[in-house]
Amino acid sequence: MAEEAHSEGGLVFHPMDQFIVKPLFGEGPVEWYTPTNVTLWLGIAVLCTVALFVLGTRGRAIIPTRVQSIAELAYGFIYKMVEDIAGPDGARYFPKIFTLFVFIIMTNYLALIPMSFSPTSHIAATAVLGFGVFIAVTVLGFVKNGTHFLGLFWMSDAPLVLRPIIAVIEVISYFVRPVSHSIRLAGNIMAGHTVIKVFAAFAGVAALAPVSVLAIVAIYGLEVLVAFIQAYVFTILTCVYLRDALHPGH
Amino acid sequence: MATETTGAAIGACVDGNGGAIGMPQLCVEWMPNQIFWLVVALIVIYFVLSRIALPRIGGVLAERKGTITNDLTAAEELKAKAVEAEKAYQDALARARAEAAKIVAEARAEIQKDLDAATARADAEIAARSAESEKRIGEIRAGALEAVTEVAKDTAKELVSALGGKADARSVTAAVNARLKG
Repeated sequence: MAEEAHSEGGLVFHPMDQFIVKPLFGEGPVEWYTPTNVTLWLGIAVLCTVALFVLGTRGRAIIPTRVQSIAELAYGFIYKMVEDIAGPDGARYFPKIFTLFVFIIMTNYLALIPMSFSPTSHIAATAVLGFGVFIAVTVLGFVKNGTHFLGLFWMSDAPLVLRPIIAVIEVISYFVRPVSHSIRLAGNIMAGHTVIKVFAAFAGVAALAPVSVLAIVAIYGLEVLVAFIQAYVFTILTCVYLRDALHPGH
Repeated sequence: MATETTGAAIGACVDGNGGAIGMPQLCVEWMPNQIFWLVVALIVIYFVLSRIALPRIGGVLAERKGTITNDLTAAEELKAKAVEAEKAYQDALARARAEAAKIVAEARAEIQKDLDAATARADAEIAARSAESEKRIGEIRAGALEAVTEVAKDTAKELVSALGGKADARSVTAAVNARLKG
């Protein structure tokens, strides 16, 4: 197919091929337990996490080494975010939120390595994260506040006539949360990687190659920002939802 | 996206040449695999972080905060001590100055006393000497007067006898005395 496409005009577009899930060993079908490229890159993300947060802090130094100070920076950054947004009682959930942040930022940045696979570009992965957060926060809200949690949808300071209408809107927006939460992350990562691949395809034409390379560099720089910003946004929205669950009163 | 579907598809999502059919993100066939490994990765990361990394980093941060607080307190104490020491030094300096001034005053008073005594003694001596000198001058003056009388009498007697008169010693003396009193 590549040869055929080449004869058509030198442009070969396969921007979506990078998202294909393949078995690591052999050619068999992808069962739920098959070790695939997803497994490989998630494993690398886990190893990087261990390297940064376990090996990097091995010294427990009062004056931190460079790696340890990165780990401490991430810790302080997320801890402050959880405490500021979700309140002091939200600090109990800090390890879970930190896990989310570390997982997303690690997979996002590893996905920027050429030829790598990006798990967070798949809606299957981000939907698990988004709906996981949604279900956990909703259950937590009911466990902590009982039916008082429904006060989140009932604006007691709005005019009585408007309250049912506002409640309907609030309920809809509440159930849209996990959808937007997960699609935002997957969509951003997928779009960026696809655009890079599309520009890479243009590099096959000599006249367009310099423009193509410049565009790839520019988009790559943007993607470096996006990789962090999406992890940050996902984490901060999780904190906001957690605050709603802990303190449903507006 | 122009993908060809010629050849036997390996799955519902990949064509015969290994290209993606549509969006791989929407391939239901791969989702169980992705979800399974995602959950595994999340659980591993969660346990690594919550059991090992986060308590360790939290401990390091707390320890550092404690160390900094301790150091600051120690610095504060040392500063207070330094201020105290300076105050003590200033006090000692002031005391030493006062002592020195007192000693100077005492020495001055003593010297003044000695000086006064010496002056008084000198004055007394001077007074004594001058009195003696006065007495002697008086004596000399009295002696001189007497001598003048004597000389006058003798001269008068000699003059009288030289002029051929008979000099009565008594009357000459009386006349000279009267003249001297003049």
